[in-house]
Amino acid sequence: MSATLAVLGQFGDAVDFIFDERPSPAGGTDVGGLAEMWELTREHLKLAGAAMAIACAIAVPLGLWLGHIGKGGFLAINASNIGRAVPSLALIAFFVAYIGVGFANLTLALVLLAIPPILTNAYTGVRQVERDAVDAARGMGMTGAQIVRRVELPLALPLIFGGVRISAVNVVATATIAPLAGVVTLGDPIINVNTYGDEGRLAAAIVVALLAVVIEVVLGALQRAVTPRGLKLERGGGGRRPAVPVKTIPTPRREVTT
Amino acid sequence: MIELLAQVEIRDRSADSCVGDNGFCPDWIVDNFDRYVDPLAEHVLLTVVAVAIGFAISFTLALVAYRRRWLIAPVTQVTGVLYTVPSIAAFFLLLPITGRGFTTAEIALVSYVLLIIFRNVLAGLDNVPAETKDAGRGMGLTARQLLWRVEVPLALPEIMAGLRIAATTTVGLATLAFFAGAGGLGEQIFADITFKSNVVVAGGLAIVLAAALDALILLAQRLVTPWAGAHR
Repeated sequence: MSATLAVLGQFGDAVDFIFDERPSPAGGTDVGGLAEMWELTREHLKLAGAAMAIACAIAVPLGLWLGHIGKGGFLAINASNIGRAVPSLALIAFFVAYIGVGFANLTLALVLLAIPPILTNAYTGVRQVERDAVDAARGMGMTGAQIVRRVELPLALPLIFGGVRISAVNVVATATIAPLAGVVTLGDPIINVNTYGDEGRLAAAIVVALLAVVIEVVLGALQRAVTPRGLKLERGGGGRRPAVPVKTIPTPRREVTT
Repeated sequence: MIELLAQVEIRDRSADSCVGDNGFCPDWIVDNFDRYVDPLAEHVLLTVVAVAIGFAISFTLALVAYRRRWLIAPVTQVTGVLYTVPSIAAFFLLLPITGRGFTTAEIALVSYVLLIIFRNVLAGLDNVPAETKDAGRGMGLTARQLLWRVEVPLALPEIMAGLRIAATTTVGLATLAFFAGAGGLGEQIFADITFKSNVVVAGGLAIVLAAALDALILLAQRLVTPWAGAHR
């Protein structure tokens, strides 16, 4: 009973930390409070956002292009396998030791972390588009660029967004250890616990966890929003009965040769 | 109570010019390799235990949800939240409840792999062709026999793929387990994050471990599905 109360007390203190400033246990400054937590959250999102923007700008066009020409599948598919095998702490440590600390260097490290899932999903997204749909588009006289923009991209969007979701959550999680590379984020109370105290560290853990869940939920909603209506009908999702019954004709899928 | 994460000085800067200038020092690595052995062993243990427990839980959940389809949505949502919570946050959220140490790290690592394995087992079972199941039933197999002799064996490629993803991911996450006081290679990385030789050895060992586990599971998959390569 008293143990339970002690645990609740620690979580209570952490919530207090988020809302109220208090003197640092190390002395000197005040820590905690909404203003500071908001500031740390903003820095956290700035770092993660910059990395995600650059990663998307590189990986989405590259994945679409490789998928469209049907080449580089080995690279695109294995990118995420290799990416998974490199621990994020090892990647950041490598950057700290060899390339340097600071916002730009760390952003680059996070970009490397974020690219593989987006690249793999963009490539797979294009490859799993029914070849008949692409052939039909070509038969209608579309150019290669038009096919990418108006057929392959819309049909691949749900998978691309799936990749962006995986990367975004991973980048937000990894931005927590950014203070090791000299960038102050929500990880600061976790890494520098002597300045913020135990309740500050727990408070940061709570905020980081909430942030990741919120980002996952928001991107999940966006993913559903960008899924073309035709794809939703095909999967029987959405709940509404289509005005015209949609039936997919099973076609032997051509194997992707990699 | 505040525990400081000890930033230990592991290099003697005055010793020789390579280490003092923070170069990449093969000599230092050879002389100091023994300091990585225990963390590596801890890392292997953290990973193997987490994947084994995670597999036991999510495989059972998947078998149950395969028959009772209404369970899929709630299980996916709950394990989805566990998957999304960053493990470094999970370690500190658990700290007041389970304290510092191996258990705390394992709870966080296990909760992370549940979704991966659950989804793959279920996808594997769902992909078993209806004709094959009909043939099994036609031969007089009971539901239990059908599951263990037809459905699970045919789902093995997806199940093993899930295990591979779970294992490599866990190696990566276990580098953060030292935040929960459970050691591992991450503790060595953190001990001197600016020392090139240290970062390369500790980080490199983690990558090699991930690749080795991946290869090992792939090999196991080949052994338990001898029919898979037959018609290629």
